[in-house]
Amino acid sequence: MKYIEEFRRNDAGKAILKNLAAETDPGRTYRFMEFCGGHTHAIYRYGLLDLLPGNIEMVHGPGCPVCVLPKSRLDAAIFLAKEPGVILCTYGDMIRVPATSRDTLYKAKAAGADVAMVYSALDSLAVARENPDRTVVFFAVGFETTTPPTASVIRRARDEGLRNFLVFSNHVLTTPALKIILDTGPSVALNGFIGPGHVSTVIGSDAYLPVVKEYRRPLVIAGFEPLDILQAVLMLVRQVNGNRFDVENEYTRSATREGNVKARALMDEVLEMRDTFGWRGLGLIPRSALKIRPTYAAFDAEARWDLAVFDHRECEDDEKGCACGEILQGRKKPKDCPLFARVCTPENPVGACMVSSEGACAAYYLYGYGVGRK
Amino acid sequence: MELVHGSGGRAMADLIDGLFVKAFSNPWLDKRNDQACFSVPAGRLVMTTDSFVVSPLFFPGGDIGDLAVNGTLNDVAVAGARPLYLSAGFILEEGFPLKDLKRIVESMAAASGNAGVPIVTGDTKVVERGKGDGVFINTTGVGIIEADVDISADRAQPGDAILLSGSIGDHGVAVMASRNHLKFETAITSDTAALHGLVAAMLSATTRIHAMRDPTRGGLATTLNEIAEQSGVGILLDEDRIPIKKEVLAVCELLGLDPLYVANEGKLVAICAAEDAEGLLAAMSKHPLGKDAAIIGKVVEDPRSYVQMRTALGGKRIVQWLTGEQLPRIC
Repeated sequence: MKYIEEFRRNDAGKAILKNLAAETDPGRTYRFMEFCGGHTHAIYRYGLLDLLPGNIEMVHGPGCPVCVLPKSRLDAAIFLAKEPGVILCTYGDMIRVPATSRDTLYKAKAAGADVAMVYSALDSLAVARENPDRTVVFFAVGFETTTPPTASVIRRARDEGLRNFLVFSNHVLTTPALKIILDTGPSVALNGFIGPGHVSTVIGSDAYLPVVKEYRRPLVIAGFEPLDILQAVLMLVRQVNGNRFDVENEYTRSATREGNVKARALMDEVLEMRDTFGWRGLGLIPRSALKIRPTYAAFDAEARWDLAVFDHRECEDDEKGCACGEILQGRKKPKDCPLFARVCTPENPVGACMVSSEGACAAYYLYGYGVGRK
Repeated sequence: MELVHGSGGRAMADLIDGLFVKAFSNPWLDKRNDQACFSVPAGRLVMTTDSFVVSPLFFPGGDIGDLAVNGTLNDVAVAGARPLYLSAGFILEEGFPLKDLKRIVESMAAASGNAGVPIVTGDTKVVERGKGDGVFINTTGVGIIEADVDISADRAQPGDAILLSGSIGDHGVAVMASRNHLKFETAITSDTAALHGLVAAMLSATTRIHAMRDPTRGGLATTLNEIAEQSGVGILLDEDRIPIKKEVLAVCELLGLDPLYVANEGKLVAICAAEDAEGLLAAMSKHPLGKDAAIIGKVVEDPRSYVQMRTALGGKRIVQWLTGEQLPRIC
């Protein structure tokens, strides 16, 4: 598999850092938000904060679909897992996230619910085929990266005439969240964004043009290797220095201007916009999430079960002290949370940010805690 | 397997004779006593036990039988001891295919024969269907420390060098390749191997090894955190120097796993004084099981006992204890 070693090369990294050192204006601070949790993890995992000039601050964004899922939706998933005959298929990350009363899919599984970890939507379809006498529900979570596969398996299920496969859709959209961050986000102004790499592969770099134009902040799409991120930061610095606000793409080996048209067409065929959706930390955001179209209602868990009782009403559903919400907005850092590492650890997580492999708190705890600058 | 095979009667005796004793045959086991009697050379005795519950039972590069023999031999070896004898206890589930048992037993016989360490006593039990996951194996090993070594996880000292015998993550990835719902093609096989020959070669170079351990479940990261905590020291690793196969790295990246936490079954970590490091490395490199050996870091003062790592680009990260099982990325 290419693209690992090439994008971790020491000499290339040093060259970018040299440019950064030369081009950052010592008289100002640069505050960039890495929107995607995957970028937060990469930044900590490769120890990049130590290497950046001291006047560049990275602010963690809400691009962690597990983290922004409100507890009420997870309560619904746990309910579904406990329904007779159901096999709930879920991505691994969701299994340990605490829902209301610290219940988890893991605990439900230990108590006898059939919870199966899958790596992809296709796996859950396979489970449905292999278990015709069971009802298989796929707990679909994710931004635009994982949405096309979900749409794809729903269509396949219809084409194959499967009668025991349903999807519980919790797919959310990136640009509405970006807008909310810019409208109500960190009290300290952001100078630019590192755009999510894999989302951009699907939606295309042009998708960010409206936001960038309206809010006049640069956005550079980056890959997930250390050189990708460093290069993207350099590109942001250059834009800021030049008073420009453009959409630029560092991740050209994967993302294009128009993105994956076929994937988006598939999404559009199977899914439609929800009027509103609750996001942990960001509140109710209109037109920010997707549900299954009525034509595919046979595959919609929300059509088969009445899940209205789990409707997200309160945004402040996190435990006292848990700063997940503010961390997701970029207002706080994990070390600002009073529970961090004292009460809230990966073994005993209070909030989703500590569980998810894309959560800021998990990233900081796993890689950054006690070392380096932040 | 049927319950009658574990009842203590004729059926069980036939199974033991026809399968276990025949495969493992040695003067002690052939006597068919309930125990093995032997003298030991002068020195300090080492004893260790381990139980093996790996799933699936058969994976690229080996099976539970290989692990059961090599794993216990390695726990003896990393004390600086020469393994002498093994025991093997089996808990079999009713309905477990005899042909699978035979295959496992043959693996154990081969591993034991290659290592030159006989399985001299054992036990067999059978439990009802549903009460055991096919087969569980326990092995106990005894060995003798003849050299003047003092190897213990609490003996690492600031300034010491940390050596690793070869590439990490091979076994964990090979096992994952065989699990349900996680199928992918890979050329990676388990690195299961008995390390006592390598250890003997290392001890010829120097007996001043402070700490030594074979990183199994939880990977290299867990082993180093254990040693750091038990010795009350910190560790600083060099990411660039840690050997890892391209294919293992690729699979880990694909699945969102950190190779530092992926299981190994044929590797060891050794910690020695800085001045002994080059000599130890040379001795390891000459041995087939140590050809990719490397010095991967050093021990430092740290009251918090952190394991830190200088990343390939020169940044720093911490290498935390493993929490739960490694979970894959979501998108």
